[in-house]
This record gives sequence, structure tokens and C-alpha cells, in this order.
Amino acid sequence: MEHRYRVIHCLNQFFGGMGGEEKAYQPPQLFEGARGPGMLLENLFPNIQVAATLVVGDNYLADKTERALREILALLTPWYAAESADKPKFLLAGPAFNAGRYGIACGAICQMVQKEFSIPAVTAMYPQNPAVIEYKKNVFIVRAGKDVMDMEEALRNMAVLGIKQLNGEELDPDRDHYIPHGQRKNYFAEKTGASRAIDMLLRKLAGKQIHTECTMPLFDRVEPAPPVRDMASARLALVTSGGIVPRGNPDRIEAASASRFGTYSLNGLSRFSSETHQTAHGGYDPTFANDDPNRILPLDVVRELEAEGAFGSLHDSYYATVGNGTSVANADRYGFEIAKLLLADGVQAVILTST
Amino acid sequence: MIFERGDIGVDNVRFGEQTTLENKVLFLDKKALITFLLSRDTHIAKCVVSITRPGDSTRILCVKDVVQPGSKVRGDRLGEGRRHVLKNVAIVTCGKIVGYQEGIIDMSGEGALYSPFSTTFNVVLDIVVVPDLTPRQHEETVRKAGLAAADFLGETTQAVTPDTVHPFPALEKEPISSHLPRLVYLYMLLSQGLLHDTYVLGRNAREGLPRIIDPLVLLDGAITSGNCVSACDKNTTWHHQNNPVLQELWRRHGRDLLFAGVVLCTEPVRLSDKETLAETSIALVHELNADGVILSKEGFGNPDADQMLLTRGLEQSGVKVVAITDEFAGADGFSQSLADSTVEADAVISVGNANERILLPPMEQLLGPINDLSKLAGAWPHSLHEDGSLEVELQAIIGATNELGMQRLSCREV
Repeated sequence: MEHRYRVIHCLNQFFGGMGGEEKAYQPPQLFEGARGPGMLLENLFPNIQVAATLVVGDNYLADKTERALREILALLTPWYAAESADKPKFLLAGPAFNAGRYGIACGAICQMVQKEFSIPAVTAMYPQNPAVIEYKKNVFIVRAGKDVMDMEEALRNMAVLGIKQLNGEELDPDRDHYIPHGQRKNYFAEKTGASRAIDMLLRKLAGKQIHTECTMPLFDRVEPAPPVRDMASARLALVTSGGIVPRGNPDRIEAASASRFGTYSLNGLSRFSSETHQTAHGGYDPTFANDDPNRILPLDVVRELEAEGAFGSLHDSYYATVGNGTSVANADRYGFEIAKLLLADGVQAVILTST
Repeated sequence: MIFERGDIGVDNVRFGEQTTLENKVLFLDKKALITFLLSRDTHIAKCVVSITRPGDSTRILCVKDVVQPGSKVRGDRLGEGRRHVLKNVAIVTCGKIVGYQEGIIDMSGEGALYSPFSTTFNVVLDIVVVPDLTPRQHEETVRKAGLAAADFLGETTQAVTPDTVHPFPALEKEPISSHLPRLVYLYMLLSQGLLHDTYVLGRNAREGLPRIIDPLVLLDGAITSGNCVSACDKNTTWHHQNNPVLQELWRRHGRDLLFAGVVLCTEPVRLSDKETLAETSIALVHELNADGVILSKEGFGNPDADQMLLTRGLEQSGVKVVAITDEFAGADGFSQSLADSTVEADAVISVGNANERILLPPMEQLLGPINDLSKLAGAWPHSLHEDGSLEVELQAIIGATNELGMQRLSCREV
């Protein structure tokens, strides 16, 4: 008799048949048997049986992650920790396609389940789904299309990958259609590096497809803006990644890997002082910055220049974050958001300081 | 004009009364070799000579250079006539750690898979120098001892008929009309000074490069290594003598490609020097009417910038490039692995992540200065376990991620 695999399948409120956006805050619930895409899965794989379906509102999980995961763990434990030989052997979540919050839910559940129960857990997402960056390192995420058009193919690849993991088979991101975990791993190729190099060059010259063995990290290069035409009437703003914040760090900007930036008033301030301001930045000796925060963000000199008429006026807020270990993606986002605020306030020039 | 290389393989290497090659067994007169080395360099205080064979339970430590023994049997000029080489014999020089970058060769076990020198019969010279030498003098002494020992052993090949003779005809000066793509080899040599030096025709590579050079001269042993860089991607003298890119280009010349020539260039330190060097090197590549370029490297970090500058410049001037590099992606493989990048580098051969760790089993015999073990680059204070096994990064193994493409090792994202 063919081996039969029992699985638990996780879906959001929509695919779980509970409703649309209005049910997005639905706490997790467990239903016996297959629902929605789970039924298609059983049709595609007669040897797979969906023992139960977990349905959770994707906003509920994304907003109250810790609590939601605790509740999910409590629902799943009787199944996976059971003594029965018939207990489910792995978990499938999604596919989440390009839905960001659904992606977070699938990624978080898979990550928890494989850790808590030491069983395979597989999800599927569109490669540009924002949750991919967060979970690809630890979770097997099958490459899926943008929307439900790709449902069948994604389910198929998810199930095959789950079964292969269960059987301890060797996996390959290309062959098994999953998004690489981002880990570089050595292996012995068939030919020497020199011989592969010449093969690749001949293919490249012939206009054939080549697969580079080391994709370049791409650094964003910013074109410098043209000089400000008329500084004497320009509105100037101060922005820093050097972590200068009001004393007490009211927004709790992290000392490393900052998750936010802060907006702080300059009204009535002629300079920063150790009584009013400090640095929130880790990774450098803060003694001199705390002693005199103008060393990082020179408000004192800017005020002098303002009095001399070197520029029109100083914007009444400054913006600060911490550069230390902050990911490029986040830094990018803060930059865009700050620029939007500055443009709305009619600022033409910025002094940007870092450490 | 033609250059021939005669390969001679041996079945064994043993100590003997005389240094001779008889019936595929190389006998080495240890005393004569030591006397020879001591007599020609007063900086050597002591030299211990050992022999180790493929499959031995032997670990060679603090290896500085590896040299293939050989001798010229016909022709007076470099790149002409015939050179005989002992195909599977190598001189391995060891010494006290000077640059923190000396490496390991394991003759058996897991580590043997990563180094070409686990398959050669190795004559190991453990050299102790006289006190008060500068690091530079120390390295020069060891380097020259290795080269001299290779000549000493190479003499045995004079009257021997090689197993195979490889003929290398001179490259045609005039471009031949052909539909085959013209490939140029752009050969980067580490030459940053401060014990990071390579020698071309006996001169420091920092002088007189970049230049177009006759590949026959290179096959005849024009380049020697003087580098204290990480063991994994240091191009030893042996690697230069057996450059796999050169050999592969020759082998396929006229079949699926036209080997159009070699440009030698350096890896300088200053940015302005890097930019000038790239510009001049690219002009030389164009002089050879290249369609495509193979770009090999030595070292990592700083030289990444040279490789990217060259790649960008060549691609932008219409020449296709494949660059060979190793990676430093961290022990877990999750870090960004290069110090520089350019979008034009869309065809890169990876010869492995040098940070990946390997557990080397205990060995019965240790050769070389064993006290310096934990100071090897790629090791750490607790690398040496109680049972004698050694946990290191591949970085510590000689030739593990050779950027001339000598090995089969590669790296991929999983």
C-alpha cells in the first residue's frame, strides 16, 4: 500500500472560508479536515490527507504575533505531540502568493512549528513578497506566482518538498522550486574552476544563457542633487544617522539596527547641550557625543550661519536615526519618508550627518 | 619556435646515497641537499628535510611555498626548447610564522580533498633562520631555499625520457582569420609590498607591469611567489608553474577558441594606482584584439576592487569577461562575500567560501614548526582539539580556494 501522509494545513481567513478583510482579526481556529486549497491538495495527491486546517486572520497574526503564535502552538500541540502513529507528519502553510501579511503569518507559523516539533514545514510565496526576506533564511518557501492562478503548481511543489524533507532527501533550490535560504555553501563541481571559466566565457560570447556562480551584491548609488541655486533664501533642515535625540531617547530608537527614526523640535534651541540631548547610537564611544551633541549634529554653527544670513531659514524640526547595523532596506525607507516630510514643508537643502 | 614540457611521474620518493631518478623512483641524498642549501645561504641556521606521500597520516604545518622541481634540457632562453618536470613531486617549504598567513597540507583525510598537494610526493623543508633577520630577509631565505631545492631535484630529470611531452607552439603574431572567439588571459599578481610580492623574470612584479607577456615564458617558470597571504588563495610558485587557465587555453586553442595572449597585471594598494593600472591593462587587452577575457585573482578583500575595476572597464569597452574569485561569506555562509561589486560582473566563477569550517582528523605525523599552529590564519585559539583534530576555516589549507581555478571546489546559494 502506498504510504499515506497526514498533514496540517494553515490558511488565512480568506482562503479558510471565514470571510474577507472584516475577518482579518480572527483569532486562530482549528477545523478537522481540509478546507479550500486543502481540498485541491487532496485531489492532487491521493496519498495526502489534511488532518486539520488551521485558520487565522492575517492581521491578527501580524499585529499580535507573539500572542497568536502562543495560541496556535496550543492548538497544534495535541496533534503533533500525540503518541499516535497516525499523527500528522508535516505542516503546509498557504500559498500566500504576494500577500504581505498572509506571508508573515505563513512564515512565522512554519518557523515556530519546525522548531517546536522538529517536523518539516513548507510555505509558498511570490519571491517579492515582503515576508520572504524575513523568513527565507529559516523556512522553506516555494516560489509561487503573484496570485491564485498559480495555486495548483504551488501546492504541488509545497507537498513534494515536504515529503522529500520527511524522507531526508537531498534538496536543491532550483530543482525543488524553493527560494534559496541565502546561505553560501561549498560543493565540488564536476570541472575545475579554470575549465568552468572558459566554458562560461565561450557561452557568454555566443550569446547563450549563463549562470554566474556568485551574484553581485547590488549597492544603490545615489546621484548627488544639483547645488542649491539660492542659498540666501533656502530653507535648510538637519538630518542625522548619528543618533542625536532628546535626553531619555523618547522614541526608544535602538542603539543598533534601528527600527525607526524620530522627529524632534528645534524651536527655541540655539545649540544642543548635554542637559537637553544625547546620542542613542551604539558602536562608537559616545563620550564626546554626549558631552557636546553639536559634534555630531552642528546646530550651534548652523544657528550662527542663520544669524549671518548664509541661508534663508532653518526648518523647525530635525530628524534622527541610528546608522549602526541598520539594514539598507530600512535606511532606504527612512530616507524616503523623511524626504517626503521635508518636501511637504518646503525644505530645499539638508545637512546630513553620520558617524 | 616551440616550447615543450616533458612530464615525468614517479612511483615513489625515498632517501638514498645519491640524488637520482631510477625506474620511476626518485632517490634523494638528504645530506647533500642540506649541505647545498646551507652553503648557498648563510641565513639558514638549520634545515630539516622530510618526505611525505599521498595517503600518509601526515599534516604539514606553516607551509610558505610549493615548487615543482624541474630543469631545462634544451634551449638557452626562457620559453624555448624543452623543460622536464617531476609531475607529481613538490618541494614544500615551511618556517616560523612571519605573516600569520602560512598554511596546512593534509596528506589524507577530509582536508586532503581540498589541496592539490595531497596528491604529490612532497619533499618538506623545515627551515630555521639565523637570529635577528627582518621578516623580509626571513621570507627571502625560505623562498630561495625552495627554488634552489627544486633545481637540485630537477637535475635528475636531465637524462630521463618523459612519460608525456606537451608541445606548445608559439602564438601567431598576426591575427589569423577564424570564426573562433579570441580569448585573452588577464593574469592578476598580488604585489602590494610588505611581504605581498610576486616575482616575474626575477624582478618584483611591482616594476614593469602591466605588460603583454609570451605565455611560453610563463609555462617555462617565469613567475615565482613571494607571498605571505592567506593559504587558501595564495598562488604558490607551483600554481604559477602549472597555471590551469593557461593550460586549458592552450589545450582548446584552435578547437573552440583562439588563445590571443596574456596580459600580466598587478594588484596595487592605492586607489589612483588601481585606476591607472586598470586603464593601462585594458588598453593592452585591446591591443590583443580580445573578444573575451578570463580574469584570475590572488588574495581577497583589497584585490576585489582591482578585479571589479578591470571587469567594469573591459565590459564597458565591449570585451566580455569571466572573473574567477573565492568568497568570504562567513562561517555560516550568510554574509555578503565580496568587498566590492559591480553590475558588469555578471559572469563570475566562485572557487568556494574560504570561511567554511572543516574538522581535520588527528594525524600521526606533524611536519613543520608545530608550535605556531593556532596562529595560522583561519585558525583560532581553540582550533586544536584534545584528540589532535584541528578545526579550521578552509582559509588555512594551501590552495583550497585557488583563484587560478586549479580546484573543483565551488559555492552556491542554498
